[in-house]
Amino acid sequence: MKHEIIIAGFGGQGVLSMGKILAYSGLMENKEVTWMPAYGPEQRGGTANVTVIVSDERISSPILSKYDCAIILNQPSLAKFESKVKPGGILIYDGYGIINPPTRKDIKVYRIDAMDEANERNMAKTFNMIVLGGLLKLMPIVSIESVVKALRKTLPERHHHLIPMNEEAIRIGMGIIKEA
Amino acid sequence: MAEEVVLMKGNEAIAHAAIRIGVDGYFGYPITPQSEVLETLAEQKPWETTGMVVLQAESEVAAINMVYGGAGTGKMVMTSSSSPGVSLKQEGISYIAGAELPCLIVNVMRGGPGLGTIQPSQADYFQTTKGGGHGDYRVIALAPASVQEMADFVKLGFDLAFKYRNPAMILADGVIGQMMEKVVLPEPKPRRTDEEIIEQCPWASTGCKGRKPNVITSLELDPAVMEQRNIHLQNKYAEIEANERRYEEIECEDAEYMIVAFGSCARIAQKAMEHAREEGIKVGLFRPITLWPFPAPEIAKRAKQVKGILVVELNSGQMIEDVKLAVECNIPVHHFGRLGGIVPDPDEVVDALKEKLIK
Repeated sequence: MKHEIIIAGFGGQGVLSMGKILAYSGLMENKEVTWMPAYGPEQRGGTANVTVIVSDERISSPILSKYDCAIILNQPSLAKFESKVKPGGILIYDGYGIINPPTRKDIKVYRIDAMDEANERNMAKTFNMIVLGGLLKLMPIVSIESVVKALRKTLPERHHHLIPMNEEAIRIGMGIIKEA
Repeated sequence: MAEEVVLMKGNEAIAHAAIRIGVDGYFGYPITPQSEVLETLAEQKPWETTGMVVLQAESEVAAINMVYGGAGTGKMVMTSSSSPGVSLKQEGISYIAGAELPCLIVNVMRGGPGLGTIQPSQADYFQTTKGGGHGDYRVIALAPASVQEMADFVKLGFDLAFKYRNPAMILADGVIGQMMEKVVLPEPKPRRTDEEIIEQCPWASTGCKGRKPNVITSLELDPAVMEQRNIHLQNKYAEIEANERRYEEIECEDAEYMIVAFGSCARIAQKAMEHAREEGIKVGLFRPITLWPFPAPEIAKRAKQVKGILVVELNSGQMIEDVKLAVECNIPVHHFGRLGGIVPDPDEVVDALKEKLIK
């Protein structure tokens, strides 16, 4: 099984770290993974994207033409990546960042109001984990247990008390994602 | 104990591998997209564990000359930079090659010319394999295509550098430096003791009590002697060319067409090859791992069975010259490249394959 995913949004939304947590979670399950950021002179507010591949087999290119799933967190990223979802693939977008929703009919489109939910619950910093929860609901690429293991491994010990809140955020995301 | 698999960037793998194999000194200066090498070393503080020196020099020129000095004492020393910084190091590299000293240089290439861009490129192929600095010298050039190879080539680079007393270079690019993949790091081993260095490097400047002094220099004012020194270098390079060619062939057995690509382009080309094969086009991939010495005989051998070759590079056509020399114009050799920091996706490579080669 191979999952080819692009996550794209504004710098500061946690795009790269969400991809990193997904890649680490794959590692926890002994899968092959690549994490390729579109690095550049990026800054908070600029655009950021990362390609994550989680696979049972050796991965050839870390750079892709088409994706199984695109997670789109702002309008410029939708313009850039909507056409690059494979037919029959999945596009997830956050309702807060997208004014003009996707129009393609040959892909499955889901909406997750992660930004609104995070703000309402006063959990703004877990925005990206809510989105990750939505992804994992649709595509069980890795288990929640593996995500928690990955967080434990990647976060410095002084931040470990935040892990339960992140786990909660994933479960919230799983609950609020819906067909657009 | 099972070996530990970790997830990290190519640049970080270079730094961790250097500490673990017992490198004595790293001298560098930050530049995107390779700054994580120096940053990781600073985080790891190897001077507190292995005793490795890590120094941010005042410039790239200073860093390469610190490498020159360290290498002269038989120590395992290295530097890393990206394209504009590596240009600054070329004078030092020529001196180190002339003085026949071992060292490792890492170039995580970005788009040029000039200050260019910070995005990935492979436009320093000529600089690396055809000279770079002045004089008739060669640098052993290793082109990693994965984070694992970034880690492995630190040791391989030093092994070859010491075997031939010659600078070795890891020629990576922004993709391989910045991407994260699984990697198994080398087993940690201590740095060599002074006694071991004196025994292994009788040519080094290690204190001459009880023996004749060793003089480390590239200067020789008598042209007759200098010619002999050049002939000696050329004999050494011929030996390296005969013994150290490395390459990988993927699905070449039944190939009717062949892509030749190195580093990140080889990864992208492999995916293109998978797509093309799904359409019934029999494509193979030949990946030079050493860019110098270039695996020309192996490419020539494989060229006998294919109808044509597409060379894919992040430049306007550099390695293609070596491929053309290898096949001696017996079959068509075409080029596909993106420039200035743009990286093609696999579909672009498939399209180029059809347009330029298959028609």
